[in-house]
Amino acid sequence: MGLKGRDVVSILDLTRGELETLFETADKFDRRGRARYRLLEDKVLALAFFEPSTRTRLSFETAMKRLGGETIGFAGAEATSVAKGESLTDTIKMLDSYADAIVLRHRYEGAAKLAAEVAENPVINGGDGRQHHPTQSMIDLYTIRRLFGTIDGLNIALAGDLRYARTAASLALALTLFRPKHLYLVSPPQLTMRPEVLRVLDEAGVRYSVHGSLDDVVEELDVIYVTRIQKERFPDPMEYEKVRGSYRITLDLLKKGRKGLKVLHPLPKVDEIELAVDHSEYAAYFQQAAWGVPVRMALLTHIFGVEV
Amino acid sequence: MKEERLTVSKIRSGTVIDHIPAGKALHVLRILGITGSEGYRTAVLMNVESRKLGRKDIVKIEHKKLGEDETSLVALIAPTATINIVEGYEIVEKRRVRIPERIRRLLTCPNPTCITRSSREDVVTSFKLVSRDPVILQCEYCGTMVRGEELENLLTK
Repeated sequence: MGLKGRDVVSILDLTRGELETLFETADKFDRRGRARYRLLEDKVLALAFFEPSTRTRLSFETAMKRLGGETIGFAGAEATSVAKGESLTDTIKMLDSYADAIVLRHRYEGAAKLAAEVAENPVINGGDGRQHHPTQSMIDLYTIRRLFGTIDGLNIALAGDLRYARTAASLALALTLFRPKHLYLVSPPQLTMRPEVLRVLDEAGVRYSVHGSLDDVVEELDVIYVTRIQKERFPDPMEYEKVRGSYRITLDLLKKGRKGLKVLHPLPKVDEIELAVDHSEYAAYFQQAAWGVPVRMALLTHIFGVEV
Repeated sequence: MKEERLTVSKIRSGTVIDHIPAGKALHVLRILGITGSEGYRTAVLMNVESRKLGRKDIVKIEHKKLGEDETSLVALIAPTATINIVEGYEIVEKRRVRIPERIRRLLTCPNPTCITRSSREDVVTSFKLVSRDPVILQCEYCGTMVRGEELENLLTK
């Protein structure tokens, strides 16, 4: 129970061994289906979502309820005293005195680290700005492991907005704990992976290459991890229209790939994946979202130090 | 032709910061938090001849001995500087400057959406040194990396 009482700010706060143990616990929960437990019935989890979220918040809530625990919290800063000018530090101190752990989403990078410094109880980062999203990465890794039986030795592409999408940055960091065969970073030039993430890849000795289009690499891939390119990132809408085709996932594109190729997406998706893909053998993203519950159940039991 | 020299008398005790890149003397004083109102007798020489650097600045501060932390601060903007500690008109210690592994409070993060930039929060900035040559620091909150030449613009008042 190495995670007991610990903060999870970055996916790199965990070791490969800790992740593998976590996945084994998630397997147990997944095998038992929709069972309800009384493992955390004396615990309260605070869900402090200063930014919109559907999956992360609801799956944490579901996970906590399945484990017999309670949740408190808010979604959107408008409804709270933050709107009156309260600092994050003060809000966290208050939640820390009410709850046994805090899940935080905030639009500022570093918010979770600050919260972890302020709170006595564990803080789990539910996304801070463009930086980290460790629990999403746990689900992404778990999904790959379930689909392929391994994370090592695979050819994985991260495609779309690699600069501002925290899920892509966080998964790149997560993969440094494993031994992917090759990592393909596919994005428009203005949305390439940030230097601090590339630095971690370099230091870990992960082999990667940078590409401008999925067409160039699709035949090599086992996994395509897609993130949405936000129109707002482009000063000129024409530029956006020009590049978006290169990152759109269509059945035609996927048919050029290997047998067994899978498409993952942290969701929400808008139009970056052709609808026809949803019903194809390639689509793994709905399954991925569903595994969010057992993975978060596993994380909560480990953080609270409860034997499953 | 006789060489013209700008002469400043020796100090009895205190610190001489020599080999500061030309034009950076005032920045050095700033990073040390010396405004003049502390009362130290201080000499600032700017753009004087240097065999090593061509031109250089020198700062002499009487009755103040720089601590180790202050020495490392000087490194941020004057990596070529040497520091001489003087007692009884004699140099008793020579130091080369060295950037510390962690720099707290002194730099502002350039990323506008870093939590340390939020005016609501009472949070002290913290950068770790990730590379010494070239100098690269990284914000411990948001991960943003800054290069040596950017540091001067990031100094907090």
